Amino acid sequence: MRRYFGRKLLIYGLTFFVAVTINWMIPRFMPGDPVASMLARANVTQPAAYEAMRSYYTGLFGLDQPIWQQYLNFWGRLLRGDFGTSIYLFPTPVSTVIKGAVPYSIGLVMPSVLLSWVVGNWAGAIAARRKVLDNTALPIGYVLTAMPHMWLGVLMAWGFGVILGWLPIAGGYSFSMRPSLTWAFAWDLVVHWFLPFLSLFLIALGGWAIGMRNMIIYELESDYSNYLSALGAPQRLIRRYAFRNAVLPQITGLALQLGVIVAGALVTEIVFSYPGLGSLILNAIKNKDFFLIQGAFLFIVLGVLIANFIIDIVYVVVDPRTRAGMVAGT
Amino acid sequence: MTTLQTAPEKAETVVRREALYFAFRNPKLLGGLAVVLILLAVGIFGPILDSGDPFAYSFTDAIQSPSGKHWFGTTTFGQDVFTQFVAGLRTTFEVGALGGGLTAIIGMVIGFVAGYRGGMIDEILNMLTNIVLVLPALAVLLIVNAYLGVRSVGMQALFIGLTSWPWVARAVRAQTFSLRTRDFVDLARLSAVPTRKIILREIAPNMSSYLFMTFILCFGGSILIASSLDFIGLGPTQGVSLGLMLQNAHQWSALTLGMWWWFIPPGAGITLIVGALYVANVGLDEVFNPKLRET
Repeated sequence: MRRYFGRKLLIYGLTFFVAVTINWMIPRFMPGDPVASMLARANVTQPAAYEAMRSYYTGLFGLDQPIWQQYLNFWGRLLRGDFGTSIYLFPTPVSTVIKGAVPYSIGLVMPSVLLSWVVGNWAGAIAARRKVLDNTALPIGYVLTAMPHMWLGVLMAWGFGVILGWLPIAGGYSFSMRPSLTWAFAWDLVVHWFLPFLSLFLIALGGWAIGMRNMIIYELESDYSNYLSALGAPQRLIRRYAFRNAVLPQITGLALQLGVIVAGALVTEIVFSYPGLGSLILNAIKNKDFFLIQGAFLFIVLGVLIANFIIDIVYVVVDPRTRAGMVAGT
Repeated sequence: MTTLQTAPEKAETVVRREALYFAFRNPKLLGGLAVVLILLAVGIFGPILDSGDPFAYSFTDAIQSPSGKHWFGTTTFGQDVFTQFVAGLRTTFEVGALGGGLTAIIGMVIGFVAGYRGGMIDEILNMLTNIVLVLPALAVLLIVNAYLGVRSVGMQALFIGLTSWPWVARAVRAQTFSLRTRDFVDLARLSAVPTRKIILREIAPNMSSYLFMTFILCFGGSILIASSLDFIGLGPTQGVSLGLMLQNAHQWSALTLGMWWWFIPPGAGITLIVGALYVANVGLDEVFNPKLRET
């Protein structure tokens, strides 16, 4: 088990290292003078801001220093939590800007991922080997997985927001409200949260249900299931064994899907102008705010790595074989 | 000697004929394929028949709901949505084919080499695969696109291919691993056949159906990633794609203006293509895998 976690941590560490290196490398491999072109693209009009950014960029890139020194400096800044200064929200540090957006993103992604995983597995397990359910659930599942996230978001906003007028379709809370610890504000948050949550939940649901259905069918055809039914075990018991085995690949699947989930959450936030990382990135791209993009990139990578590690721990808890060290795990 | 040579060939044609027999009787495969082919035909021949400029402004025709003149209505700027849709379909298929193809090729090469060679090479490639696997592809594309200004369909497809190959590599590696100790592979190795040839002639044909299905999944996945990139504003700067249409519709608040004809067709187009591909893939699975056939 120590080996299992050691290997995982090594991979995650290396991944983070690669991500930081990409982050460092890309501006330097950009053709031309990075400082000048960034300033030109940033389109800053305030002279004070221009000067500050110019000296900041030059200092940051430290182009007069040898390349390894630049690289080490980059890491040094990063470890001190210094991601640079945002351009479109000029004097605010990138880390502060991101910290303001992250709670919204997590509040959106976590519940929708967990709930869609649980409900999807449950629906898939029921659909397996039940003809009528299977014939209705499967096509719906395929349509849901094939939908681009932003389109379902737009459809939801159109249906529930514009036509029915039930729910607001933009922002994290009403413009007339100020963030405060009151019930009215909390309710406002929930109302704005619901539609983006629902569209993320629905899209992921289809994939989990299909995956579970296929796994359950596979398990029900395996030798141990046949053996159990030959012994005369009740169908319920066999299905329960099948479910426990089928859930394992679904946990691994959750880890593999994290990238897709993050991407989906980003575009869904943009559809609903939800004040999370997605909208932040959109604004950063529009305003050519490169430091904000880089900071958001690192935060996303870090979030995905942490989520991966949590899933690894869950996997060890759920699958006794990894604990016994019989398999090394992948 | 002749019997020895013809016997496997005959068996192969029988297998192929059997696959074709089931392929023509599989509603999922036929239905999915039909939808994809129809949309592909629209994408290929549409721009020839409907030669209008997808960006042509027309202030007399702005914000029109679907009619005989404008099948899918017009945008705020009087651009014909149907003309854009047809041109967008073509781009979307291009991204799917290029990006999906590249994803599949990179994944297969790494999977084959890692699975066949094993040992140190396998360890290194496996580590690489795992690293790229946990890196969220869209986040990487985001930063690459933002800095390098990747603004053509080809470049978009290239970067999609470079970031989304790991799951293909993992799957192919596992399959290769189980094939590499088979007798016919040993025989080829004993006859001093070079590695590249063993992989291409002995191993790949034995999992060709699997590889083909992988390509289809990559095709669909690549379309979805590209449309997300387009929507964030990192799409190709020249031309139209279904994702860019969605982005435009969102940017010019088609939603609040109630212009449903602007944002329904592009999303429906993507969903149809990707969904049909997935369904066709399930059909193919049933054709190649007798266990899954419905009796």
